[in-house]
Amino acid sequence: MYEILTGPLLWIAFAVFFVGLTVRVVLYFRGLDWRLDRVAYRPQMKYGIRGAVRSVYSWLLPFGTHGWRAKPIYTLMFFALHIGVVIVPLFLEGHAVMIKNGLGINWPAMPQILADVLSIAALLGGLGIVVRRMLLPEVRILTNINDMLLLALILTLLASGIVAAHNPVHYSFWITLHVACGVTVLLTAPFTRLAHIVLFFCTRIQLGMDFGIKRGGMKTNFDW
Amino acid sequence: MPEGTLCNKKPVSTKEELNALLADSNGRTYYAEMEELEVDSDALWALIQKTLKSRTKTWLDICAHCGLCADSCFLYSVNGRDPKQVPSYKIQSTLGEIVKKQGKVSNEFMRMCMDTAWSKCTCCNRCGSFCPYGIDMGVMFSYLRGLLHSQGFVPWELKIGSGMHRLFRAQMDVTVEEFVDTCEWMVDEALEEWPCLEIPVDKEDADIIYMINAREAKHYPEDIVEAAILFHIAGENWTMPSDGWEMTSLSMFAGDWEACKMQVDTVYESMERLRPKRMVATECGHAYRATVIEGPYWAGRPDGKPPVECLHYVEWVAEALESGKLRIDPSKRIKEPVTVQDSCNYVRNAGLRDCTRIIMKHMAEDFREMAPNKEHNYCCGGGGGFNGIGRYRKQRNVALRMKREQILATGAKFVIAPCHNCWDAIRDLEEEYEIGIKWSFLKPLLIKMVEVPEHLLPQE
Repeated sequence: MYEILTGPLLWIAFAVFFVGLTVRVVLYFRGLDWRLDRVAYRPQMKYGIRGAVRSVYSWLLPFGTHGWRAKPIYTLMFFALHIGVVIVPLFLEGHAVMIKNGLGINWPAMPQILADVLSIAALLGGLGIVVRRMLLPEVRILTNINDMLLLALILTLLASGIVAAHNPVHYSFWITLHVACGVTVLLTAPFTRLAHIVLFFCTRIQLGMDFGIKRGGMKTNFDW
Repeated sequence: MPEGTLCNKKPVSTKEELNALLADSNGRTYYAEMEELEVDSDALWALIQKTLKSRTKTWLDICAHCGLCADSCFLYSVNGRDPKQVPSYKIQSTLGEIVKKQGKVSNEFMRMCMDTAWSKCTCCNRCGSFCPYGIDMGVMFSYLRGLLHSQGFVPWELKIGSGMHRLFRAQMDVTVEEFVDTCEWMVDEALEEWPCLEIPVDKEDADIIYMINAREAKHYPEDIVEAAILFHIAGENWTMPSDGWEMTSLSMFAGDWEACKMQVDTVYESMERLRPKRMVATECGHAYRATVIEGPYWAGRPDGKPPVECLHYVEWVAEALESGKLRIDPSKRIKEPVTVQDSCNYVRNAGLRDCTRIIMKHMAEDFREMAPNKEHNYCCGGGGGFNGIGRYRKQRNVALRMKREQILATGAKFVIAPCHNCWDAIRDLEEEYEIGIKWSFLKPLLIKMVEVPEHLLPQE
């Protein structure tokens, strides 16, 4: 099982992931329409780019916007989860070994202790988000089964990775579960809300351009 | 009865149709007919396929259901944090469902959508600035209004308002003759106090073309004279067009995009005909949004800009005060605590947050900021057409509570509102809640406060 998952299937999964998400980005920008969106994207590109950069940058910073500052606990949980699921997989020693074996590239890795701290923080952040989803009426009313399945998938991915790295008992079960979740994420990302991995940037760029070009960006910078 | 005589999918195109609508008191027959109005699902779906492209589609698909938009919405806050007032829920349960069902929705559903689109969202766009993805539900509600309008599900007053724009190129029935006449007799009345005052109509190549809200021509002509006096004192070379002076757009509130285009085309034609250097707009938020921010796109102008540079009144006043064209008599500055209600349409959606602060620096000794303020200010409670729809008066009155709390928190009993909609909302707020406040546009205050050059004063 592990061999299949880390063999051809992994390659297919990565291909689906990268090609699929690239297609989503291309389709997104090709579908923008200056008359329907009422934003002069091309003629005012300079203002648009400035607006887009400010819009993306502000929201990537923890507490960088009024929105993040208004919800400090959520912001902490959110960034813990996202830093954990983006940075850790990229620079984990275990993953670097796989890259070395598979592609022959010397991939940089972070110290295991840092990876542990970030993963556990991510797991706690994710659990906090689940609890918040169930407790707050304004979030509960929006929540559907897909939201819960997505969180379950990501938290299983995280938890199984942490257990596999530290608990030699039932190692093969945990590592197989971990890789299976990882492959599922890669395979489904372009077709589910996981596409926000790239679409977050797309929609933030669009609204940044909207404010940068049309809604005041030529006079003042919007204070995100 | 699929199509009513008053409530139908056809926009107003004759005076008879308009009069019939006006004669229907409170829209009683209109709304009764609406309950029978057939939904043309094929046309609705065709329109969606033509107009719902990647921006809106992605907004609907990608929402993470995080609920961060909830507290950004004043209607959620003032309605006891009702989860059904969460912006994301409001748009997903209306537009989201219509799209999911490919337009196959019932009459009852469309009426629910209408009630949501016009009484649970003022298109203030505040949620858009609090969503991590930048999903602007105000923009989507405006889009939804357009879909509903195409199917005839639009509040009675807005069908009338939009019809007015179609027939008169103004939100009220003011003809070119009536307008020019109004300017003339208003100046005549003011001449005793302001010798040489004039409202130059259709003057070519002026520095400024001044444009207004039809209400001023119809019900508050003193506002036009006040503007004239201030231009006179500032020594501006200005004019007003006899035709194409109306900047407002009830059709924007109605989602009648065809009428929106008709209206701005008229305004831009007058700019092109008279070739002014700049345009100054009266104290109205949505009028500025319609003519300056959205209008260029309705008119199909690829650079997204109107034919000439356009200033909201607060921009002109700030500039005139800073440059010394207008000077405030220091002894006449406002002594009591005063606060400002900035319109969403010019402060959040047009970047004019600094203007009123500059003006207050000149005019007021004790200016109090509301919290939140500037581009994060809350809607007055009556924006997006909310003020004018009788069917939603109760909901509108609840909506005023946020502004009431904001004003009370400043400790000021005087509110300056350079926007017709905000001005109305604050007037109604005082009527409804009696918190003991006064409110005003800028013009009447400025006239009382500015230093008048000797040569403009009447000879004794």
